[in-house]
Amino acid sequence: MSDAVKLSVRNLERVFGEGGSSVTALRDVNLEVRESEFVMIVGPSGCGKTTLINIIGGLDRQTSGEVLLDGKPIDGPGADRGMVFQGYSLFPWLTVRKNVEFGLRMKNVPPKEREEAAMRYIQLVGLEGFEDALPKQLSGGMKQRVAIARTLANEPEVLLMDEPFGALDAQTRVVMQELLAGIRRRTSATILFITHDIDEAVLLGDRVYVMSRRPGTVRDVLDVEIPGERGHNSLVLPEFLEVKKRIMDMLWKESSDAAMDR
Amino acid sequence: MSTLEYASSGSVGVIGKEAGLPETGMKIELNGPAAAGKTVNRKSGGEASGTQKRLLSLLCFALIIGFWCAASYGHWVQEVFLPTPTAVLSRIVSMAKDGSLFAHCRESIARVMVGWIWSVIVALPMGMLMANSKRFSAFVQPIIEFARYLPVVALVPLTLLYLGIAESQKYTIIFLGTFFQLVLMVCDTVSEVDSNMINAARTLGAGRFQVYKSVIFPAALPGLMDDFRLTIGWAWTYLVVAEMVAASNGLGFMILRSQRYLATDTIFAGLILIGLIGLVTDWIFRILSRIVAPWQERLGDRK
Ligand SMILES: Nc1ncnc2c1ncn2[C@@H]1O[C@H](COP(=O)(O)OP(=O)(O)OP(=O)(O)O)[C@@H](O)[C@H]1O
Ligand SMILES: [Mg+2]
Repeated sequence: MSDAVKLSVRNLERVFGEGGSSVTALRDVNLEVRESEFVMIVGPSGCGKTTLINIIGGLDRQTSGEVLLDGKPIDGPGADRGMVFQGYSLFPWLTVRKNVEFGLRMKNVPPKEREEAAMRYIQLVGLEGFEDALPKQLSGGMKQRVAIARTLANEPEVLLMDEPFGALDAQTRVVMQELLAGIRRRTSATILFITHDIDEAVLLGDRVYVMSRRPGTVRDVLDVEIPGERGHNSLVLPEFLEVKKRIMDMLWKESSDAAMDR
Repeated sequence: MSTLEYASSGSVGVIGKEAGLPETGMKIELNGPAAAGKTVNRKSGGEASGTQKRLLSLLCFALIIGFWCAASYGHWVQEVFLPTPTAVLSRIVSMAKDGSLFAHCRESIARVMVGWIWSVIVALPMGMLMANSKRFSAFVQPIIEFARYLPVVALVPLTLLYLGIAESQKYTIIFLGTFFQLVLMVCDTVSEVDSNMINAARTLGAGRFQVYKSVIFPAALPGLMDDFRLTIGWAWTYLVVAEMVAASNGLGFMILRSQRYLATDTIFAGLILIGLIGLVTDWIFRILSRIVAPWQERLGDRK
């Protein structure tokens, strides 16, 4: 793994609204994602995770602070930061293949080339045979596979994922986690992944950022070192449980502090 | 903020759709035989589950026609007020033979199409812009809301003053009657496009124009087709208004002239024709939207 910093977030603040009714969603957030690193963010509901990832993706603007990609400040959304959302965001009028081709079409890649690329990524997510299906014919897990393929086909510098498996049932979720881990091994993609599932965070992440409740800020960062290839078997390893316990303690403290404030 | 604004313009759009009463009102009363024809059409390609519904709507038309027959053949009502179905039919046949029927229909259809197409050409981009730009919306919304409540009939004298009885006067009436409603409907339909999809497109590298062309427009298309279908119905209403005031041909003119000669059979023929043309238009739009958006599961399919 290279140590070059791919993405860095510095002193980020986001305040919604003005005056007395304003809400500070993020305060003084600092984080880094290195090249080919899989970084997770966990935090209590409403702590500003979506706000943070939307700002990085260019869909929202910070009140102050900066987001740097390869050292350069970002400006609006761009194909260099691919996003996968929790809700299904496929284009229902396009077939699976056309959905995956979408980003390449926007870049005016010639049809032949983008078809080849699309087929490669459709295979990568295990959907060969469904190229010509419409989204309404797919299950939730399959839709998210298409969404992942669509984002990867653009070959983004960073992959930003906001609870991408949050809407899936437990079994599909495990399958998707292993799929993503496999893709990551093969493509060495750089990924920033939001979740509120601690198992998911420890299973997939090289590092885990734990956020505090609102106004969200980074509470701690943990390195995850688990021997061997990660899979659902890792869930019972002592190293796994150790990291999991530390995160749970932190989140527990967050919520009990919140209870005491009231 | 923007959500709130969309919501408010949305509700206005809905009111606009409900304001489509002229169309609905006309259909219920006038389209007996025409609608019966359509129902038969549907039956051939339909499913068993819809049979009962179809039978019921057939029954409704049969009752109306039956009542009409009883009232006219039974002389409950004088013939000058209510012609017999045979009289109306033979009137239609004779007008078809001398060519006047076709001429009137052609004039009316041409006027509706021109006026309505202008309204679509202007309303479509404006509505899309309103839905996506708070500033543009703030700029045009008040005047559109204001104009929307002006009854078109009240604008007829002005259009006559400015444009005389030229064809452009009819187009203008149809345009004024449909445009302000259509803008708000387009705006409403476009704001309902899932923002997840728009965000996905933007992070996939789509520029502003590409988002309009490749996401917002196709996503809104089924809804837009419905908006078009509704407004072309209103366009017919305004056409008749325009033709009754100042025209020398067209179905509206034909109806008005017949009133002078107490030719009730021709009036009825005109009404039935307008209803028929309306039904055919409606039917064409339903087929068209199935063609342009086959990916969509539409409510209409289950009716
Ligand atoms: N557009 C907005 N206007 C005003 N407040 C907002 C807006 N978007 C988010 N917020 C507020 O900012 C805070 C953080 O929201 P955000 O959606 O980022 O949380 P989250 O960590 O993603 O929550 P969850 O785990 O439930 O997805 C919330 O209190 C929310 O009410
Ligand atoms: Mg969220």
